[in-house]
Amino acid sequence: MSAIFGIPVAVILGQLTLGLVNGSFYAMLSLGLAVIFGLMGVVNFAHGAFYTLGAFVALLGLQWFGINYWVALLLAPLAVGLLGIVVERLLLRHLYGLDPLYGLLLTFGLALIVEGSLHQVFGATGQSYPVPPALAGGVNLDFMFLPLYRAWVILASVVVCFTTWFVIERTRLGATLRAATENAPLLQAFGVNVPLLVAATYGGGVALAALAGVLASPVVLVNSHMGTSLVTVVFAVVVIGGMGSIFGAIVSGLVLGVVEGFTKVIYPEASNIVVFVIMALVLILRPAGLFGRE
Amino acid sequence: MRAATLVMAAGVMLVALALVPSARAANEQVVIGDLDDMSGVYADVLGAGGVESINMAIADFGGTVLGRKIVTMVADHQNKPDIGASKAREWADQDGLNMLLGGSNTGVNLAMAKVAGAKKVPFFSIGAGGASLTNEDCTAYTVHYVYDTTALANGTATAIVNAGGKTWFYLTADYAFGTQLQGAASKVVEAHGGKNVGAVRVPLGAADFSSFLLQAQGSGAQVLGLANAGTDFSNSLKAANEFGVTKTMKPAALLAFLTDIHSLGLQTAQGLYLTTGWYWDLTPETRAFAKRYFAKTNREPTMDQAGIYSAVSTYLKAVKAVGTTDADKVMAQLKSMKIDDMFAKGGYIRADGAMIHEMYVMQVKSPQESKYPWDYYKLVRRMSGEEAFGPITGLCPLAPK
Repeated sequence: MSAIFGIPVAVILGQLTLGLVNGSFYAMLSLGLAVIFGLMGVVNFAHGAFYTLGAFVALLGLQWFGINYWVALLLAPLAVGLLGIVVERLLLRHLYGLDPLYGLLLTFGLALIVEGSLHQVFGATGQSYPVPPALAGGVNLDFMFLPLYRAWVILASVVVCFTTWFVIERTRLGATLRAATENAPLLQAFGVNVPLLVAATYGGGVALAALAGVLASPVVLVNSHMGTSLVTVVFAVVVIGGMGSIFGAIVSGLVLGVVEGFTKVIYPEASNIVVFVIMALVLILRPAGLFGRE
Repeated sequence: MRAATLVMAAGVMLVALALVPSARAANEQVVIGDLDDMSGVYADVLGAGGVESINMAIADFGGTVLGRKIVTMVADHQNKPDIGASKAREWADQDGLNMLLGGSNTGVNLAMAKVAGAKKVPFFSIGAGGASLTNEDCTAYTVHYVYDTTALANGTATAIVNAGGKTWFYLTADYAFGTQLQGAASKVVEAHGGKNVGAVRVPLGAADFSSFLLQAQGSGAQVLGLANAGTDFSNSLKAANEFGVTKTMKPAALLAFLTDIHSLGLQTAQGLYLTTGWYWDLTPETRAFAKRYFAKTNREPTMDQAGIYSAVSTYLKAVKAVGTTDADKVMAQLKSMKIDDMFAKGGYIRADGAMIHEMYVMQVKSPQESKYPWDYYKLVRRMSGEEAFGPITGLCPLAPK
């Protein structure tokens, strides 16, 4: 088969597909972060913990109550989203108007508590979540064998990302949300319940993280630190896309997944740092990020 | 300026005073320190369960030796060599450390071995795999107790090459342990007429292994050598199943612990060959220990968790035999005694520090073969200690060829 820059086309296609799968997770997670930062100005360091919680809700739901994958896909984001609203009402609310550093510290502390507790109860090795029967098996794409489940992850992520973008940028609800970030007192004067709106935004953002967690659970072992390694990369993705830019978060998530995939072939040792190198370059050349406004 | 100098001098004095070893602690107690990964990817392999084993060993010994109380200190090295080294130094300098236990992670154990060697503290490496601990990085105070990369390769790689798996591609954890394990396996494969086709070095704790597996599949090799451990091992094997890699390649677990098999489940792990230094369901003695351990932790012990019990008992027996905690006398005793307990039969510590004992090549049972909880392995072959750990290489100056 032919080759481009000495890499066979089959390998390129394979890595492109896998890169898109990983990019889907990055996109969904960075999307939630971008929504929360864009609309609330909170740097949500607990995002990885909510992702982990989503996976655990799915796992324990299956083990304790026999709740299947499809129900968990709805239930886990709902449960974790509600928890997010509670966190916003009880804790985060008091930090608005202060330096963003306080929100960062609070959510970082929350992440440590959640992950530490899960570790204490469930140990470090983690547990397997079975692939739902309807998505077992795979298709032979000629250049690679693609498990159906991974194809489903790409599809689900694209739908979720597009829907979120559409709701925020193209609907009345989204317009109200954006107005709340521009001038909250004025909007409140119009009779809109702004605190509720903000709480719902945070709940929605972390529900996205939980959804990504459920999607990831059949792919990796469900354990207490599954979110830790991922969330650092996702933060870099958000910075590259431009803090708060929803479109930027989605596109840079997918693109960086692909870039990382190719690094794994060309120079595997660097695959865990390539995103951060790109982040450094972007910060030097375009400090507001690729899609951010100056 | 003079005031500043005075303050500085006073500070230096204070620090210097703090560094004077506490004579009281050294005389009234025997201090055992355990530095391990307590919160990361290897925490279930040894971790808190290992601490439970240490406490069992001390309680079984009676809680005192030479009329001195035996106390333990535990810290989390977080898989960071600098933390491991500085904590070991602190314990040796300030707390009268008598015996140091090294938990998981070869990189951290290498750093701890250097400190223990310099401070003359007997150091028992339990969870590390890297055979360099008793070769180019050996010290007079290191004992490598449970298993090493040489023994793992001699067990698993030999079994698979002899079963017809001649060409190998490795997925290697990109740090000291992974590269040493790959190196050891490559040698064994070549020595038995096999061929090493290639390898990909994967950063520790990678979130996704599918990319690397696709490369392995593209190599056309018959065997997928997994030179990694813990969560990395489990996640890579899980993905290998998902992507159909295991249909064309035979996976070889160069290091797998009981806890890994437990979390993967037999459906995924069945048929896998692996090498272990101990298994809970081997003899009445191992089962008796496992039963006591299970009562405390609700899990069956891994080879490391059994090995750390044995290491503490062996050290205490040596101290009792020579009537002192003097490191040189204890080390001489350790290297001249036989180790006979539920962990090892006729084990002995070689001049280079390797504890030579029987190792077992196992195959993971299928869900149908497994009759009761934690019934995971069937014994394929016993290897004598000499066969498993191989001859003295001469790389350690303490043990010339």
